[in-house]
Amino acid sequence: MKKQILLYSFALLAFFSAVAQPIKIKGSDTMLPLMQLEIEAYMKRNPVQLNVTGGGSGVGITSLLEGSVDIAMSSRELKMAEKLKFEEKGLKLSVLAIANDALSVIVNPQNPIKQLTREQMEDIFTGKITNWKDVGGDDMKIVVYTRESSSGTYEFMKDHVMSKKEFTKTAISSSATAAIVYATSQTKGAIGYVGIAYVEPIVKAISVSYDGGQKYIAPTFNNAFNKTYPITRPLFILYPLEKEKTVKPFIDFLFTVYGQKLVTHKGYIPLK
Amino acid sequence: MTFKKIREKFVESIIYISGTFTTLAVLFIIVFLFKEGSGIFQKTALEEGYSLAVNKFNPVTKLSPEEIKGIIEGEYTNWNQLRGNNDSVYIFTLSDIESNFTEEELGAEFEHLNQKISEYIEANTGVLAFFPSKYLDSTLTKINVDKITLASIIKGRDWYPTANPAPQLGALPIVLGSIMVSLGAILIALPLGVIVAIFLAEIAGETLKNSIKTVIELLAGIPSVVYGFFGLVVLVPFVQQIFDIPVGETALSGSILLALISLPTIISLSEDAISSAPQELKNASLALGANRLQTIFGVTLPYASSGIISASILGIGRAFGETMAVLMVTGNSAIMPKTFLEPVRTITATIAAELGEAPTGGIHYEALFILGTFLFIFTFSVNLIAEFFAQKRHS
Repeated sequence: MKKQILLYSFALLAFFSAVAQPIKIKGSDTMLPLMQLEIEAYMKRNPVQLNVTGGGSGVGITSLLEGSVDIAMSSRELKMAEKLKFEEKGLKLSVLAIANDALSVIVNPQNPIKQLTREQMEDIFTGKITNWKDVGGDDMKIVVYTRESSSGTYEFMKDHVMSKKEFTKTAISSSATAAIVYATSQTKGAIGYVGIAYVEPIVKAISVSYDGGQKYIAPTFNNAFNKTYPITRPLFILYPLEKEKTVKPFIDFLFTVYGQKLVTHKGYIPLK
Repeated sequence: MTFKKIREKFVESIIYISGTFTTLAVLFIIVFLFKEGSGIFQKTALEEGYSLAVNKFNPVTKLSPEEIKGIIEGEYTNWNQLRGNNDSVYIFTLSDIESNFTEEELGAEFEHLNQKISEYIEANTGVLAFFPSKYLDSTLTKINVDKITLASIIKGRDWYPTANPAPQLGALPIVLGSIMVSLGAILIALPLGVIVAIFLAEIAGETLKNSIKTVIELLAGIPSVVYGFFGLVVLVPFVQQIFDIPVGETALSGSILLALISLPTIISLSEDAISSAPQELKNASLALGANRLQTIFGVTLPYASSGIISASILGIGRAFGETMAVLMVTGNSAIMPKTFLEPVRTITATIAAELGEAPTGGIHYEALFILGTFLFIFTFSVNLIAEFFAQKRHS
């Protein structure tokens, strides 16, 4: 009798370990809340185990390269150096954008500034301009808030707004997005940048111009959705083609109407 | 009898083993800290596995990390600013590959990449190429970049560890930031702590003493992240308003918070020292006609002075090593600290904020371990000094 129970439990164990091999997802912290919501919704409908962890885009891509995860999340495109590494390993990748994210530049609500050009923002964030009166505001010192250098948002700002230059040394750095919103609401001369989902009424999101001041675009959901707002970035998932069979049903789910509705729900910009 | 002996032996060996184990663990951590950090001195201040190359007619063969950063930031636009010919500087990296060559030119498996890069470098006289070493053929003219030295880390004033292609690893503003915040904390906490200790040991009645001690113990029990949260929401706006400065995240906010955190240590150790002053001494002073206050300042405090000094030094050590609270209120800008009303970045905050994403074994990772060894050396010497004063007191 005892032997039988033992045998059955072994069989059961073998069965489960064969079926319930979870799909592992890792990468961008920006995408983590969205992906958590998506896998929860997906697991409610399908008998599949998925788990997702953060760590940053670079960490996710490295894990994918080492084969320790099935899907990587990345809030930036693959760097040339990374492409070459995948090439060396002989891994063919599928790279898909599943949503978009817009970055808002925020200031204190008492600040009369409503709009800035990209060049002005570059000068402010690199520390060339240090007073608001130089960009048409009050005579008030500019206080730059930034994320820590480990953040993907920090890299994105550097690449797309600041011509790859470094942030000013006097910038106050914070390891959390919410802290930047809070500090900006408290400090009159503050300027910071956060994902569009984090903007709250206690701060003011300003319009930006990427054509030298001819046309200023406000960071609204609609402007980001129809791609007129310039500081937007696609959010990618990557998986090796050899794993297509296992991950495809979940990937397809992300592109369904419901999957995209969850994107809007979390404050990101859906694809269509 | 024999059973008792066996039990004794058993307990003895347990004590022996745990002692050895703890010592080994501590030694291991110290060795690990220094080993992980020391790897940095074999490296140049360039991203790992990368090299810089220039056109063969370019006379420049050596660039400092600051100069490379200057080139990227557009400070240097002409090679004649860098001991070279009159020719404008043009940067060429992996991200420019796709805009300069088509996929057919590179080949399906990037097999023509090396050749294309070489051709490009030899065709443009002002180019500064930055590539993984294996994509640069040995025939190209390479640029020498200085090795990282301890002096360059200690003296350097720029902390941009993720700057690409040449990380800037100047730790001076960070080390000074840590020292400044801790000194500020001790300037606030020492007078306050000693006064409270005198009150507790000499003046307060039994009930009052016990209730105050309970509150102080409570103060010691609050997690530092809670202090940090309190500091961010209450202290920072307060400091900003009082001094009418643009930002409240300053060295002063950090000092005040650290003073609060190190107060329990200072109070309880000072109180111990003060209460250990012999009653006969105090009686003698009183018998000579001194009043209570004169006795405290003329007899008790001098007697307890070495104990108070060791308490305050331990307090500094506590403040120097504190992480979470400072990370949240000091603003973390790596600038050379000038006044207490500006943001500073401390060693602990730097390690906590950056280690998570620094690739293991890379330059940034090792630089953070070097910062860790600074921290260790500082707190270790602080403890030694405190120990010295404590010894003096007993002898």
